Amino acid sequence: MTTPDIHINEADRTEPTPLLEIRDLAITFKTGSGEVHAVRNAHLTIMPGETVAIVGESGSGKSTTALAAIGLLPNNGAVSGGQILLDGEDIAHATEKRMIELRGNTIGMVPQDPMSNLNPVWKIGYQVKETLRANGRPSGPDDIARVLAEAGLPDAHRRAKQYPHEFSGGMRQRALIAIGLSCQPRLLIADEPTSALDVTVQRQILDHLEGMTSELGTAVLLITHDLGLAAERADKVVVMYQGNVVESGPSLELLRNPQHPYTKRLVESAPSLASRRIQVAKELGVEASDLLAPAAEAVAADHVLKIQDLRKVYKLRQGLGKSTDFAAVDGVTFDVTRGTTTAIVGESGSGKSTVAKMVLQLEKPTEGTILFDGVDTAALKPAELFKFRRRVQPIFQDPYGSLDPMYNIFRTIEEPLRVHKIGNKASREKKVRELLDQVALPQSSMQRFPNELSGGQRQRVAIARALALDPEVIICDEAVSALDVLVQAQVLNLLADLQSNLGLTYLFITHDLAVVRQIADHVCVMEKGRLVETGSTDDVFESPQQDYTKALLNAIPGAKLMLPPEVA
Amino acid sequence: MTSKTNHFVAPVEETPLLATDTLKTDQAPLSLWADAWRKLRRRPLFIISSLLILALIVIALFPGLLSTVPPNDDCQLANSEGGPTVGHPFGFTFQGCDIYSRVVHGTQASLSVGVLSVLCVLIIGVTLGALAGYYGGWVDAVLARLGDIFFALPLVLGALVITQLPALRENKSVWTVVLVISLLAWPQMARITRGAVIEVRNADFVTAARALGVSKFAALVRHVLPNALAPIIVLATLNLGIFIVAEATLSFLGIGLPPSIMSWGNDIAGAQSSIRTKPEILLYPAAALSITVLSFIMLGDAVRDALDPKSRQR
Amino acid sequence: MVRFILRRLLQVIPVFLGTTLLVYYMVFALPGDPIAALFGDRQPPQSVIDTLRSQYHLDQPFWVQYGLFLQNLFTFNLGNDFTGQPIAASLARIFPVTAMLAVEALVIEAVFGIAFGVFAGLRRGKWFDSTVLVASLVVIAVPTFVLGFVFQLVFGVQLGWAKPTVGATADWGNLLLPATVLGLVSFAYVLRLTRASVSESMNADYVRTATAKGLSRPRVVMTHILRNSLIPVVTFLGADLGGLMGGAIVTEGIFNVPGVGNKLYQATLRSEGPTVVAIVSVLVLVFVVANLLVDLLYAWLDPRIRYDQ
Repeated sequence: MTTPDIHINEADRTEPTPLLEIRDLAITFKTGSGEVHAVRNAHLTIMPGETVAIVGESGSGKSTTALAAIGLLPNNGAVSGGQILLDGEDIAHATEKRMIELRGNTIGMVPQDPMSNLNPVWKIGYQVKETLRANGRPSGPDDIARVLAEAGLPDAHRRAKQYPHEFSGGMRQRALIAIGLSCQPRLLIADEPTSALDVTVQRQILDHLEGMTSELGTAVLLITHDLGLAAERADKVVVMYQGNVVESGPSLELLRNPQHPYTKRLVESAPSLASRRIQVAKELGVEASDLLAPAAEAVAADHVLKIQDLRKVYKLRQGLGKSTDFAAVDGVTFDVTRGTTTAIVGESGSGKSTVAKMVLQLEKPTEGTILFDGVDTAALKPAELFKFRRRVQPIFQDPYGSLDPMYNIFRTIEEPLRVHKIGNKASREKKVRELLDQVALPQSSMQRFPNELSGGQRQRVAIARALALDPEVIICDEAVSALDVLVQAQVLNLLADLQSNLGLTYLFITHDLAVVRQIADHVCVMEKGRLVETGSTDDVFESPQQDYTKALLNAIPGAKLMLPPEVA
Repeated sequence: MTSKTNHFVAPVEETPLLATDTLKTDQAPLSLWADAWRKLRRRPLFIISSLLILALIVIALFPGLLSTVPPNDDCQLANSEGGPTVGHPFGFTFQGCDIYSRVVHGTQASLSVGVLSVLCVLIIGVTLGALAGYYGGWVDAVLARLGDIFFALPLVLGALVITQLPALRENKSVWTVVLVISLLAWPQMARITRGAVIEVRNADFVTAARALGVSKFAALVRHVLPNALAPIIVLATLNLGIFIVAEATLSFLGIGLPPSIMSWGNDIAGAQSSIRTKPEILLYPAAALSITVLSFIMLGDAVRDALDPKSRQR
Repeated sequence: MVRFILRRLLQVIPVFLGTTLLVYYMVFALPGDPIAALFGDRQPPQSVIDTLRSQYHLDQPFWVQYGLFLQNLFTFNLGNDFTGQPIAASLARIFPVTAMLAVEALVIEAVFGIAFGVFAGLRRGKWFDSTVLVASLVVIAVPTFVLGFVFQLVFGVQLGWAKPTVGATADWGNLLLPATVLGLVSFAYVLRLTRASVSESMNADYVRTATAKGLSRPRVVMTHILRNSLIPVVTFLGADLGGLMGGAIVTEGIFNVPGVGNKLYQATLRSEGPTVVAIVSVLVLVFVVANLLVDLLYAWLDPRIRYDQ
């Protein structure tokens, strides 16, 4: 079977030498607890003008490899083996003077977090100006404005006089792109350039970046954890795991024909790809039941939650006595059927988390009603509210913040039982052990503390805690958004199993539409406090009605990939 | 021929797949405090300072162990400003009292003022700061202004004024000094507590506790405060040293401990007149004071480094 | 920015009022005869008592008294001390001396503290850093008055590099030794704060990005590390004015500097209530204004807080 030649870009017929070639790279860090081999054996090749993506989870060594190429390893890190050849010159151990020469005009960088990467006390224009000046380019106000405008910032002259905190997240990232490309480097290192941004903004920025780099002929080294995004944007994909390159090759080929077990796992679990597969399968009429969550068994229209015209208005103080009204949630109506998973999808500022807080009775609605099992929750007296809490429990996003660092795992899971005075010491311990089994955590973890567990393990503890009171509804507020792809898949599977075993109802808050496709039965799309569209997952994904929904669907990385006919 | 780019696959034996997300079971369970203690134990700064402090506590509680000479009994003017002799290693003060014995017995006053002041500051400052930081609103606003008022009075200045009060002027004792210091120092503790509480109160685990049905106040006590302790402990340890210096300064100015109580500050004040002729009379109590304060400040530094969240393992 | 200034001004007023009220209350309005308390153990003639009573309006309700006190304060009518001399006049004479002392101390602690702190912060963990860290701890631990005596002894008497007491010859040069002593503890704090601040800034993301742009190392240090680290240091320096005023009392005593601190101390020893209240009120006013200026400076240095949060 011959793989079709899908190599897209140009230039390597006339210039056979690679722009960047990394061979057998090893990077070691000296830490308090000994040496850490962050990168053991990395190798990749970037031709001039080519885009290469490094894909991996946290701890894979992908960012470290890229930082080594621009000489920005932290002080305790050093290249312990191998070569980094830039145009044939080995810069792995180059002098700082040489690296300063190269940075900016030969190698540029666009970092990940737009807020922390811009100095808050200098104007944006100044930060662009010093880049141009340091690399010997003209740095007058018009030059600065031109650089900013090319990166897609409107009204560039005025914007240059502003400070970073006056920009939105997307604008800050554009400013960083402007800075990275201002001196027209031959290689641009983009370290997760959009992962801190909203989904619709991500696509715009990546499109723009692609346009700029192809116009300038810049080669791009793209670091990402999202395999779908990598395959969409790059010609070649390099997969890293535990500091090694486990597989590399042309992007589409890697997706269709992954060889290494790790790559196979990634391809199976990546939500954007899974979502795409389901889509394609449905289009072809293939029964993709094994790709979807187990179908909800609810038959009767038993609405455990009915939300009607929910509104939440905050008063923002403008100082000196004035205040304006801000409607975080502005008239939301939907129902949740018992035993199913309903997802609320939206970008930041959509109000989805506020809805969750109101359902949990952590915030009081300004208007509207929430009926739980037919009972208006606003009318509950304190004692009844206390009992209500046993039936609805949350799981939050940040695994590092949702468990009290001072409580060991046993106390954390036991706390709900203690607060509601359930059973005695012995029966509570028994229940904790049962819960640990249910979430597939070893019994020995009871004595451990949150700081000893990984993100996925902490989330499982959070799930165990949520299950302690035998609730009927669990609110998952971005419960898997902070987890690595494979761990995310594990946790989602666990949630699905628990739902079918215990008959749970989930209200799943997320910004990631791709995850929604995998686990939800119904979808509610929110934008700026309003419910834009609602319906079954199939309906919303196959025939979206609203423009915003279409934009969200479009923004899923990998949405534009063409998968061949043989899918399942 | 195939395309110019090739499909590389690493051999599986060299790059084995680990199970996703396994638990490390080799070490004993390690809470954040246990982790900090482990780091603290190894630091030379901590070891030296805690040994010194332990020694000081022993001396303060049992001065008789170190000095058999009763401090004020033997003062004979004949010995005035005399040099070191057998049984009196530091020599004599202007009044002919044994310096060594006075230094040893003075430990008690200084340490008790320090410890008592820190306790009072903790009680007042942590309570008010926690309430202000947690509940916000008008409680916070009132506290902020109240704190500002006391902040506007630097320690010595404020002490000068407060000790003008007839009640305080007449009855000087350890407790009056403790009162003055606590009154002027609680705002700083309150501010630190407030900051720490504000940082912790928005954490998800607090929200999770509330979603369980834990009351707002119970959440403060059970979840927020235990996690806000780190900066409070650091400040309290540093304050121990700073308050001891403050007491000495106040005694030196004549507005601290009464002369009847033996303290290093009083001794230094009394030694001023002899400074040209016999500086040792001043230097011995000064050295004792400095070493004591230094050990507390070193301890505070070591504790702060150990509790530093940036060096915590994740 | 204007709104920020207005807000800060509004906050300053209750603080100033509260502080002066507290001071006034403590000295004058407590139970017992305030006039008798003013004189402590001495027993002045009845005519003096009556004059003072009407001068301080003690026959009026408390709030009227306090209001009159404030009014007098702002018209610089600070009353007379026990020798009949107008307090305001003597303050006008001695205030510049203390001001010189404090400014010199501030300059010394700022210049040396920042310089040493930056060096230590940039080379964290190296021998300079460790030495400087331990030395700063020692300086903080030894009380100012002990350091004062030691310095006086060593530099004044034994080495003869400076005059051990200042007396009437108070000028910039002669005040150098007392200013050094005064600023020593603060110098240690400034050093440590600068060091911590620099060390934290060095690890900031934007510093790495600045390096990635191709800026030279000195440029990165000056423009990005230093500029950001100095913000908390400047705030501390401003707030330290209070500490300097307190320390001035001790230092002026040791070195016999005819300044406000010395006068305040003497007045306290002699239980001269009116003088004490007057001086403390003026000092508090100075401190509050200085804090306000520091806040404004902070807003200028850090654009983020210029806008309402």
